[in-house]
Amino acid sequence: MIEAKRLLKAHNFSPPFCSFFDAMFYFLPNFSKLKALIIGALWMGVLASASAQFRVEVSGQGLTQMPITVSAFRGNESITQKIAVIVMADLERSGQFRSVDAFGSAVDENSQPDPSAWRKKGIDAFVAGSVTRISEDRYDVRFRLWDAVRGQDLGGQSHVVAGADLRHVAHKIADTVYEKLTGEKGVFSTRIAYVSKSGPTYNLWVADADGEGAQSALRSAEPIISPSWAPAGNQLAYVSFESRKPVVYVHDVDSGKRRLVANFKGSNSAPSWSPDGRTLALTLSRDGGSQLYLMDAMSPSAEPRRLAASSAIDTEPTFTADGRTVYFVSDRGGSPQIYKVPVSGGNAERVTFTGTYNISPALSLDGKWLAYISRVNGAYKLHVMDLTSGTVNVITDTTADENPSFSPNSRQLIYATQQQGKEALMTTTLDGRIKARLAGQSGDIREPDWGPLKR
Amino acid sequence: MKNLLIATVAAVVLAACGSAVKLDNVGVEDRTGKATLAETQPVSKVQSVVASADASQSNLDAMSASNRVIYFDFDSFAIRAEFQAVLETHARLLKSDKTKKISIDGHTDDRGGREYNLSLGQKRSEAVRKTLALLGVSENQMEAVSFGKEKPAVVGSTEVAMEKNRRAEINYR
Repeated sequence: MIEAKRLLKAHNFSPPFCSFFDAMFYFLPNFSKLKALIIGALWMGVLASASAQFRVEVSGQGLTQMPITVSAFRGNESITQKIAVIVMADLERSGQFRSVDAFGSAVDENSQPDPSAWRKKGIDAFVAGSVTRISEDRYDVRFRLWDAVRGQDLGGQSHVVAGADLRHVAHKIADTVYEKLTGEKGVFSTRIAYVSKSGPTYNLWVADADGEGAQSALRSAEPIISPSWAPAGNQLAYVSFESRKPVVYVHDVDSGKRRLVANFKGSNSAPSWSPDGRTLALTLSRDGGSQLYLMDAMSPSAEPRRLAASSAIDTEPTFTADGRTVYFVSDRGGSPQIYKVPVSGGNAERVTFTGTYNISPALSLDGKWLAYISRVNGAYKLHVMDLTSGTVNVITDTTADENPSFSPNSRQLIYATQQQGKEALMTTTLDGRIKARLAGQSGDIREPDWGPLKR
Repeated sequence: MKNLLIATVAAVVLAACGSAVKLDNVGVEDRTGKATLAETQPVSKVQSVVASADASQSNLDAMSASNRVIYFDFDSFAIRAEFQAVLETHARLLKSDKTKKISIDGHTDDRGGREYNLSLGQKRSEAVRKTLALLGVSENQMEAVSFGKEKPAVVGSTEVAMEKNRRAEINYR
């Protein structure tokens, strides 16, 4: 039994997205770069004025959390998606915000701010908004963000969407708030992929970054492992055992169409995309042993090129953000350790030296961090290495962590672990301070991969 | 004991000297199968009997072949001596019929990462493949693959479960 599905696509917000705060730009032709520049400049001005209060203070491995109130959106009782709750949960999961309960009388994006109340609560930022049903299945979701310290209006937006996209709008709002307040891209409206095993059935899911709104891309009676997002966010490579052996597919998530890209004699596994999406690195045993190869992702009939050759296990390749180097796992030194090798070929260089079992390397897009799983006293724990200093931190207290993957803004990790005897997905900040268990399917959920900003 | 033996021999001798009926009875005990068939069945059937004598060898093989699972020690890919005979049986079977093909599926216990376990399972299936190749089996008849930790024989993380899961299975296609 194997069933590939096309996903219902969330609406693209580009044209429907409108900003009454930026209303003056709304009359410009669709000159998005210029528009972005002007808005960017405007926001930079805002941020510069607000930076004294709003900069996230980072000291050492710790960071402070900005106290923020996200007030319930006016009119929100009429719809199922509690916009403010979703926005706040997103912000809290990022580890950079602390929720302060809403207070005072009902407010929305048109309310006059009451800075004295804000000061009493000690909040740094305030979000309020409204949801208005404008036709059968169209909603106008508006919000405004204030600098609560200065009592300053930081702008607002309006999204007109179908009911099915309200949750997505909430994530978009969280992205906007996050970006205005931290100066970094929010990742709340991105997607994740993961696999569930429920009884004898395996499902490959594509879900919102908070685990909600999951849609099945593939259902199979045989295992599915190692989903990997293409950099363009439109395709997933994965390993399926549906033909009684591991083979690699590339699956277009919008159309549900998929193609077999590696079905060589032996095992085919561990697909990983180059940053330009043109090349797949993967592990093949066709020449004996698990070895690394590169394949042209565009013309998969092209012969795989051997990336490294050893008489040991080489697997789990992953590209650096510049696409020049591949990190991978090898037991060539007697135990599994992480190595790196230039894509152009050459000598592999060992990266991990502590412990006797280091696997599943993941690299942040900013090039600063390496996450991996290390066995410590029989427990498998998520570790994060600062690639500049080489400093390593254990960031979990669980014992069966697997398969870390960075958020596209390099600020969070998603990984699989076991909780109360069940496989579950967690997100964590890189210092391990803020963790969240993701909502998801019943049964065991595993093999997460965080998709790119594009979706 | 001695008396019993004498008595038995005497009985046999007496029986041999007895009536035709008794002779026939003795004959039935001693010579059924071959004698009867050889006398009563056409030549082709005789050949089929001979063939099935070979078949009974191959039934023997098939019985051993139901022993299709090779177990491995923790963190090991070495074929334990106790499984050498099993592999020799499979090798004989595969060499006698070049149309037969097998998949050798490597498996691991549930500790550690999925992809790394896939590679460990591959090492086990390839250890079996190499042993069979040394016993003269053609590479064209074999494919070594791995399921890693995805298909445990016994679910659970007990030592007993893990022992049953560190294995390579030989599957005839």
